[in-house]
Amino acid sequence: MTSIHRHYNVSSANALHVYAFSVHFQMKVKVLSRNPDDYVRETKLDIQRVPRNYDPSLHPFEVSREYTRALNATKLERVFAKPFLASLDGHRDGVNCMAKHTKSLSTLLSGSCDGEVKMWNLTKHDCVRTLQAHEGFVRGIVVRYCGTSFFTVGDDKTIKQWKMEAPGYGEAEEPLNTILGKTVFTGLDHHQKEAVFATCGQQVDIWDEQRSSPIRSFTWGVDSFSSVRFNPVETELLASCASDRSIVLYDMRESAPLKKVIMTMRSNTLCWNPMEAYHFTCANEDYNLYTYDMRNLDRPFMVHMDHVSAVLDVDYSPTGKEFVSASFDKTIRIFQKDGGHSREVYHTKRMQHVICVKWSADNKYILSGSDEMNIRLWKANAAEKLGVLAPREKQAINYNQKLKEKFQHHPQIRRITHHRHLPKNIYHQTKELRIMKEARKRKERNVRKHSRPGTVPVVSEKEKHVVTVVK
Amino acid sequence: MAKVSKAKMSKKVFKKSSEVTVNSTALKPEVVYDDDDDLKGADEEIISEEEDGEDERKRQHLLEAISALGGKRRKALGERSEAAVQMSEFMVNAEDESERVELSDLIQIIEKTSTVPAKTKKQLKNLQRSKTIECPLSKQESERIQRDVAFQKAATDISRWKSIISQNQRAEQLMFPLNQEPSGPKPMERVVTGWKAQTPLEQEIFALLSANKQPINDPILTPIEQASMRAMSLEEAKVRRAELQKARALQSYYEAQARREKKIKSKKFHKVQNKAKRKEFLKQFDEMVKTDPAAALEELNKMEVARMQERMSLKHQNSGKWAKSRAIMAKYNEGARKAMQQQLEVNKHLTQKLVTSLNGDDEEEEEAGDPELLPDFVNDAEQDLDSSNPWMRGRLSEDPTEEEANSDTVGLTTEQSGGMEYIAEEEEKVEETEDNVILREFDSRRKLRQALETDTAVEMSVDEEEEEESKAAAEDGYASDKEEERLCEFTNLFHEIVEGQSRVEGAGDAGRTDTSTQLEAEVIRIRTLGSVELLTQDNSATDKVHVESQKPLSTENLPSTTQKAGKSRKRKKKIQLKEVLTKETKVMKVLLAPTIEASEELEEKLDQRGLIKEAFAGDDVISEFLKDKRKQEDVGTSKILDLTLPGWGEWGGTGLKPSRSKRRRFRVKNAPPPPRKDQHLPSVIISEKRNSFISLHQVNSLPFPFENHTQFESTIRSPLGRTWNTERTVKKITKPKVVTQLGTIIEPMAQEELVKVKVSAGKNSCVDSLKIKY
Repeated sequence: MTSIHRHYNVSSANALHVYAFSVHFQMKVKVLSRNPDDYVRETKLDIQRVPRNYDPSLHPFEVSREYTRALNATKLERVFAKPFLASLDGHRDGVNCMAKHTKSLSTLLSGSCDGEVKMWNLTKHDCVRTLQAHEGFVRGIVVRYCGTSFFTVGDDKTIKQWKMEAPGYGEAEEPLNTILGKTVFTGLDHHQKEAVFATCGQQVDIWDEQRSSPIRSFTWGVDSFSSVRFNPVETELLASCASDRSIVLYDMRESAPLKKVIMTMRSNTLCWNPMEAYHFTCANEDYNLYTYDMRNLDRPFMVHMDHVSAVLDVDYSPTGKEFVSASFDKTIRIFQKDGGHSREVYHTKRMQHVICVKWSADNKYILSGSDEMNIRLWKANAAEKLGVLAPREKQAINYNQKLKEKFQHHPQIRRITHHRHLPKNIYHQTKELRIMKEARKRKERNVRKHSRPGTVPVVSEKEKHVVTVVK
Repeated sequence: MAKVSKAKMSKKVFKKSSEVTVNSTALKPEVVYDDDDDLKGADEEIISEEEDGEDERKRQHLLEAISALGGKRRKALGERSEAAVQMSEFMVNAEDESERVELSDLIQIIEKTSTVPAKTKKQLKNLQRSKTIECPLSKQESERIQRDVAFQKAATDISRWKSIISQNQRAEQLMFPLNQEPSGPKPMERVVTGWKAQTPLEQEIFALLSANKQPINDPILTPIEQASMRAMSLEEAKVRRAELQKARALQSYYEAQARREKKIKSKKFHKVQNKAKRKEFLKQFDEMVKTDPAAALEELNKMEVARMQERMSLKHQNSGKWAKSRAIMAKYNEGARKAMQQQLEVNKHLTQKLVTSLNGDDEEEEEAGDPELLPDFVNDAEQDLDSSNPWMRGRLSEDPTEEEANSDTVGLTTEQSGGMEYIAEEEEKVEETEDNVILREFDSRRKLRQALETDTAVEMSVDEEEEEESKAAAEDGYASDKEEERLCEFTNLFHEIVEGQSRVEGAGDAGRTDTSTQLEAEVIRIRTLGSVELLTQDNSATDKVHVESQKPLSTENLPSTTQKAGKSRKRKKKIQLKEVLTKETKVMKVLLAPTIEASEELEEKLDQRGLIKEAFAGDDVISEFLKDKRKQEDVGTSKILDLTLPGWGEWGGTGLKPSRSKRRRFRVKNAPPPPRKDQHLPSVIISEKRNSFISLHQVNSLPFPFENHTQFESTIRSPLGRTWNTERTVKKITKPKVVTQLGTIIEPMAQEELVKVKVSAGKNSCVDSLKIKY
């Protein structure tokens, strides 16, 4: 039945009487009730379930809030951008060439201008082994696909094969194989899967490892070649850069080369995209890099500009999304494979002309060898946190990345992301080049304006640098 | 040069109509001519051939002499071994038409000789048919063609990768290394199915197992065993089916019967039925106690639960429709009274607390000691203090002294209600007296304490009022049922409280005689007392009552108003929950402690609005805003510019005004600006000026991949964060484009990828075709 509980409190201080009625009826009372299964976690290792209300009216100003977050993320990225990791010193002359180990991430080989080859342990930042491979420059170095041995070529007209393991105590450091060539070799590359390697010098030679004479030599006109590279995907194809400003394509199975494109200036090296079989990028003397589609050499697929001096080396990231280039202007730049300008530039005060550059096989690091005898280790993503990340950290990073992508066109964010401090000379050189380019453009425009329509055609930047394609 | 001469040469040969074709010359071109000098000589010789032999010889000598003079060494011509009349540097000698060698002749010979292979024969025959063959290409050109062909081949070869490359470019996420096995535990099925016998021993074993149809994956039963397990004889199956059928039929019969019985309206029938059931159950239970005590205990527990449920419910409490009708009848009908009594007994029986009956006293003592867990009747002792509580009166555990004090009311009510309820109550009282003896002690003590503390005067007056009121209520004589009366009393009382409140207020406003102010006060009162009261059905009636009571405030004929209110309430049998529960405690305070009315009034005034008003008393925000807005509007409106200058084209000087025509001419009126956006919004100022601070952060032009700005805006508008999206969506949206594994070498794309893509593409195309079909 009905009853009343009456609580009667008396506060003696001011004699205020407070009464509260609470009426208890014996009836059904609807109470808020929740199933504990909905909010109690099963074990303490589970994440605490947090009920959320996603009603947009409760969370207003989403754009401005996310914009602020993006701005902060961008700023923080610049704050944490510390790409330089270590410098490996020990060479007694400029580092002329480098090679990644095919099976071990922590091993690096480098050859210097005094004929010395050094093997490095990257985790320890330490030189593991040193050998005098050649007299004069070590021109090229490459690791066999199985990772058990490596080849070097030098100015002493020899090709040498070396064991990867260091010789035992008391054993002399001797090559497994030595091939005496007729001319100087300037470049070297190994086939991806077979016991075949290619050298270049006066001509491009394909060698069988078992033989002392080349199984095939390609010549096309009289010139010297500066670099030769096997296609890592379509493994029978090669490309080489010649001193007559041309890039020549070869098929190992054919007796003659395939095609040649002549550019306005000489290409120093080239690199095939490891994930896109028909794309390669060449580092040119005219400060630019050109990405070509092998099937269409008439015009490059993309022109990558930003360097202010000759580009000496290029290497693709193993994901094939980006590549790194080394230049005579003492900087390294990272380009998107389809981006006209670099996304990143690395330089230090002491780094001189960068001669060779490599992108590590785990897509995390960049290695650069330069004139002043040092090899430098860089992060591929300047602001990336190295090591194992907690899941929440990872999520936050992903979210920030997406935010930056989303708001990348906003002027403030763009300004901050693109801002880089450059050495004075590079900065001024860049400015000068820009002015020159503008002037040239303006002149062309004027010429066009004052001549009969159609006589001065508009030539795109991509077409400008190709002279001819020779079949 | 060489090419040209060669062409000439061949022409000459044709002139001489030696039918030896170019083919032969082409086969051995080097034999024919090498040098230009030779060629010259040859030309001459060809001419000389047509002359007679002697001249020929002389000339030959001469030429030899000349050539010897030149000192140049001539290349020896090819030697001829054929028997011929005349020799020439051409291998074929054909002086006459008749002596000409025809190709057909050669072929004939060849056909005769069996040693010549059939292939050559065929080639020769073909040659016979064809007329000429073009000269071979130069080395450079042929090489170029070779290169071109090779390049085409390579290009088509490499184009195989196109699909996978474009697919990777389009992919939302790429995981490197590409050919990676997904980490983590794999499902058992996949492991089992993926495993293959590799060693010869394993292969042998598996061959044996499969040959004998032995289980490989799930080693429980062989297929044969399973089949035998599943099998059942026909007879068995038939019997089983029949059983099932029977069971189903019986069930349906029972269901139909139950439904029929349920529909029967006769109470007597159900009563009998229930009784029978109960008897049956008891019998069974007795038996069960003997045979299966555990089950009996379970039954008991069930009963207990049923009882508990009953206790919780409102059944058997004389509150149902039937009970109420019985209550009305009870006055006149003995049977009805009996029935009600019976029900109450049932209720009592059910609501008895079984376990506590053993040591209930102690527990109740404890409960009484605990101020928070007081039983209902413990608080009853306070009744005299809070006379407005209707439950406190005439209820079970009243103090005997108080009962005496209230005896007149109780007596009246009991007399009228016919005593039936009274009897029941008395019975209960007898039961509870033992408990109450102890409790009353507590009560008396508490009362003493309270009496000391509270204002006795107030208490007295309240008591008096209450008595008066209760008397009036008794005089009404409407109440026929005790319960009903009680409920009504409660509501009455409640209204009385309301009245009291109003009275207090009236007292506060006593100075003011103006009726309008009184009315205002009334309005405030209504508001403060809570809108719930206004919401009740007959609020209008009560309001009227109140207003009436307010007007002759000084006279205060309270009883009559309460009577009226009581009347209006009588119709309702239940306590109106809303009305009671939502009342504020303030009301009660006023009633009991009129001394604090001033502070109470203050509190009333200090509601939100008042507070804000008080806080911003000084500044007139609204007028300021309006002024501001007008200023903004004025800035925008066009102003008339007067550009007239005195003196120009007219007389100048002090006191002279420019002429009207001039003024009209030099008055410039700007075009009115476009209408403001806020012109119809009185409480808003919309500034249409460009904000430079914001524009710093705004995108000026449409960025590249977007085609129109709605597209761009929509991408910007959709949030990514977990504040706006569910966990899963966030994970999906913020997936990174490239995922690499720490410390893993990423190999270049391998040929296997191509195969994989092909397979998947095949599958997709299959799916697509299926989709098209349906």
